Amino acid sequence: MKQPIHVVDGARTPFLKARNAPGPFAASDLAVAAGRALLSRQRFAAGDLDEVILGCASPSPDETNIGRVVALRMGCGQQVPGWTVMRNCASGMQALDSAIVNIEAGRSHLVLAGGVDALSRAPLLYSDAMTRWFAAFASSRTLGQRAAQLTRFRLGYLAPVIGIMKGLTDPVIGQIMGQTAENIAFRFGIDRQQMDAYAMRSHQRVAAAQDAGRFDEIVPLVGPDGELYQADDGVRRDTSMQNLAKLKPFFDRKYGNVTAANSSQITDGAAWLILASDEAVNRHGLEPLGRIVDTQWAGLDPAQMGLGPVHAATPILQRHGLGLNDLDAWEINEAFAAQVLGCIAAWQDQAYCREQLGLPEVLGQLDEGKLNIDGGAIALGHPVGASGARIVLHLLNILKRRGGGRGIASICIGGGQGGAMLVEA
Amino acid sequence: MNPYRHWRIRRDDDRIAWITLDVACSPMNKLSVEVMTELATVLDDLERYPPAAAVFLSGKDAGFIAGADIEEFTRLDSPQKARELVGRGWELFNRLAAIAYPTCALIRGHCLGGGLELALACRYRVAVDEPATRLALPEVMLGIVPGWGGMLRLPQVTGPAAALDMMLTGKGVDARKAKKLGLVDECVPARVMHNAARALVLSRKPARELPLLQKLLNGPLKAVVARQARAQVARRAQQKHYPAPYAILDMWSKFGGNALAVPADRPTSLDAIVASPTTRNLVRVFFLQERLKGFGKDSGFEASHVHVIGAGTMGGDIAAWCAGRGMTVTLQDQGIERIAPAIKRAARVFERKCRGDKLKARMMLERIVPDVDGRGVRQADVVIEAIFENLEAKHKLLAALEPMIKAEAVLATNTSSLRIEDIGAVLQNPARLVGIHFFNPVAKMPLVEVVSAADTDPAMARRAAAFVKQIDKLPLPVASAPGFLVNAVLGPYMLEAMRCVDEGVAPEAIDRALTDFGMPMGPIELVDLVGLDVAMAAGKALTGAAAPPKHLSQLVAAGSLGKKAGKGFYSWHDGKAQKGKTGAVPEGLAQRIIQPLLDATRRCVEQDVVADADLADAGVIFGTGFAPFTGGPMNHLGARPASPKPRPAQAARALPRAA
Repeated sequence: MKQPIHVVDGARTPFLKARNAPGPFAASDLAVAAGRALLSRQRFAAGDLDEVILGCASPSPDETNIGRVVALRMGCGQQVPGWTVMRNCASGMQALDSAIVNIEAGRSHLVLAGGVDALSRAPLLYSDAMTRWFAAFASSRTLGQRAAQLTRFRLGYLAPVIGIMKGLTDPVIGQIMGQTAENIAFRFGIDRQQMDAYAMRSHQRVAAAQDAGRFDEIVPLVGPDGELYQADDGVRRDTSMQNLAKLKPFFDRKYGNVTAANSSQITDGAAWLILASDEAVNRHGLEPLGRIVDTQWAGLDPAQMGLGPVHAATPILQRHGLGLNDLDAWEINEAFAAQVLGCIAAWQDQAYCREQLGLPEVLGQLDEGKLNIDGGAIALGHPVGASGARIVLHLLNILKRRGGGRGIASICIGGGQGGAMLVEA
Repeated sequence: MNPYRHWRIRRDDDRIAWITLDVACSPMNKLSVEVMTELATVLDDLERYPPAAAVFLSGKDAGFIAGADIEEFTRLDSPQKARELVGRGWELFNRLAAIAYPTCALIRGHCLGGGLELALACRYRVAVDEPATRLALPEVMLGIVPGWGGMLRLPQVTGPAAALDMMLTGKGVDARKAKKLGLVDECVPARVMHNAARALVLSRKPARELPLLQKLLNGPLKAVVARQARAQVARRAQQKHYPAPYAILDMWSKFGGNALAVPADRPTSLDAIVASPTTRNLVRVFFLQERLKGFGKDSGFEASHVHVIGAGTMGGDIAAWCAGRGMTVTLQDQGIERIAPAIKRAARVFERKCRGDKLKARMMLERIVPDVDGRGVRQADVVIEAIFENLEAKHKLLAALEPMIKAEAVLATNTSSLRIEDIGAVLQNPARLVGIHFFNPVAKMPLVEVVSAADTDPAMARRAAAFVKQIDKLPLPVASAPGFLVNAVLGPYMLEAMRCVDEGVAPEAIDRALTDFGMPMGPIELVDLVGLDVAMAAGKALTGAAAPPKHLSQLVAAGSLGKKAGKGFYSWHDGKAQKGKTGAVPEGLAQRIIQPLLDATRRCVEQDVVADADLADAGVIFGTGFAPFTGGPMNHLGARPASPKPRPAQAARALPRAA
């Protein structure tokens, strides 16, 4: 029998919306601030960790193994190994799963795992043409060669490649993520009004949760200039259907339905969880928040990547003999309103359930009262690497708040994958 | 077999002699008479079979050479002995400097006083680029002069401006600065230090020469430089109190840096310096400092996580200081917006401290974790309460904290005006509470009082002292009595000064009288600095019912609370007191104002607030800046045969004894 995986505690930074300029914190700064606050309140010392695993979709060039960088900066000591995992939007969830696997294998007992990204700091890159020109210039020996090379320069070489657009584009099918959301909307007939309504609900739920103090997993950040960052700053309390309707489609520019406002925001943030074996819980006298019971990864058509949650969550439901609404709460990461609505539609779609999921019948209608109870990435933002960890942590907090229960956190993954975790508190 | 007790010589294939100093039975290298005598033998032996080159290095992890053996200074009871001691080093290092083959000092860690003079006598110097590497001629701080060639050779190597700055202030430089000054030829990481030394001595290139301008300044223009330097010294130290810096200037500018060449009847001669009580007193202060450093050494306690409650000026600065010393600090206050200003302040301090090393500054800042809910307390090795001085608030806080604190952790209050006994009354185990009393500004004040109540667990007090030592402050164990030591002696002193203002003496005259006496700052300016409201409250607590000075009451009533209000006894602009003309200083003014301080110190000794008179002196010097050349108030009392008989300890009886 597999041993239980305890979630001891967790914390995250406020999610800070990218505002067309590098944000106040680098990815490692965010991970260190949240991690230091989390570790300083434990019953064990940072050096008692067996390892630190961090998911990050776009680590900056100076900290590509950001997991080790932050482990050292958090004061875990030189002996605690740190590593980095990358599974696009599920990097944070992958970090949790990697921790689980190592705990199950008996290699680790106490692991700090989570995710981070500072998308506001995604770099501008030189084009290949510019890079080739540089290389040729650097290897010219004589003055004459250099002068000749100078004449070959074209101003167009300077046009930057926007790193984040590269990152959000599927390199196999050449579609940008928002276009894959359009595919799903097309398939299930989800219209603009439904997407906007869903987006508005996300903002309303986040606002309500903020007012009720339900984001206590956030640790406030203080910049070196004394500036305070206490809450997720992407939420718009003045969102209205009229305002949402004004936005132009962003991905299929003329005729599409997916807008910047019914998509997740580009955001900086970090989230951590502490995972522990039975032995670690007993050794340190820990009082866990809950457990991660099961995990599933799935692959699907990259052009339909937003339906990943359906493919990952369904096998878990089957394994545990559960219906959609047997769970007390659900998190489906809100990459796009169209994609979350698409997941709900897929489970009700006979053809999809039979052909794609191999089910005899539809799974049914997911009770939206149980889904993303405190809102999601459309209002909070989606710091790609962090989101998978955030939804698991927040789901556990919701369950705990309600006196216990079971839930599934799932996430779609660019490239055509899905990840899901069954948790209980 | 090694023929030496303290030295080792190894000759390698390049015929380089690697000469290691590893002083027997000592954790660090000191140039005692014995070590110096043996060095003469080493040079004799090298002369018989000359190597191709010689490299001096240390066999100690602690550093290169810590300097002369200061213990030996205390035994210099005649000018003759002083001349012998200086002459031996002067000649030995001249001999080293005259060696024809290349010589090099490989400096890693401290290189102080005689150690640097040895290095200066070598043709080359290599410094290892590490934080611990520090080169200095701190003799002046002990009231003596770098007589083993430092005054001759340092100006030749760095030029006189930098050399005088080092010699007259005693301040040290790190490896990078030393390289910049030309004091060392190479500044390298430890991993290549041997290669660097080898390459230098094998290069056989001549010793680095000064640029022309510097040569002129160190030659024909010496007098000009000396005049400027003298004016600078005069602003900091009076010759009658501190003869050494003046002697250094005189010896460098007129006697080629040779202390022995100064005729005995000049006020800057070795004879005069040795006869001066200042030298004796400064050496005494040095040993008092060493004694303070010794407290807590035996406890084996080491803190890695400090929890500070209260992010005000004091709490925030304590947090920053500890984080700067490598500890994780959780900083608690009622709201994050109260903690943020402390982080901002710390960020600026670290930025300055790390001088452009952004990674290091970031590491320090990251160690301060805002902790509104106080959840860090469970992991903390030291918990320091620095909230406002209100007994009820402290009780509420400590009662809540106690069950969460680790059994072996130190629980401390930074109170300055409340009784430890009263604060601890609310605890299940009052014996664990100690006072760890920092002074403002935390970054500048070297002393920290470690306060024990009568039933405080001595083991906890030892741990607290060990923690203070760990953060590079000087721990002074004191008993719980009003004002402990430092405030108890400052209070009556500032009170007397303010009474003088009431009597019509100008604040400027008072402050001048006391700075002339040797205090670092006048008492009235000090009152403005600590705040008139604080002085008022402290005065009440210390003197009981006695009426407060009239001017003080008026100013407090008018809201002129001192520097922080922009106005107190003085007006303050840009952080500076605006002082008018000093005017006439009444006869005996300084004596009158200092007397209550002396009396209070004596009372503290009599009432066992501190263990003995020496510790009282140490505490008052390092806690108040009390004129170090006096050797401290108790020493001053003892050294003044004409001093009036101590007044009957009337006020002393009014002070409650430590319970």
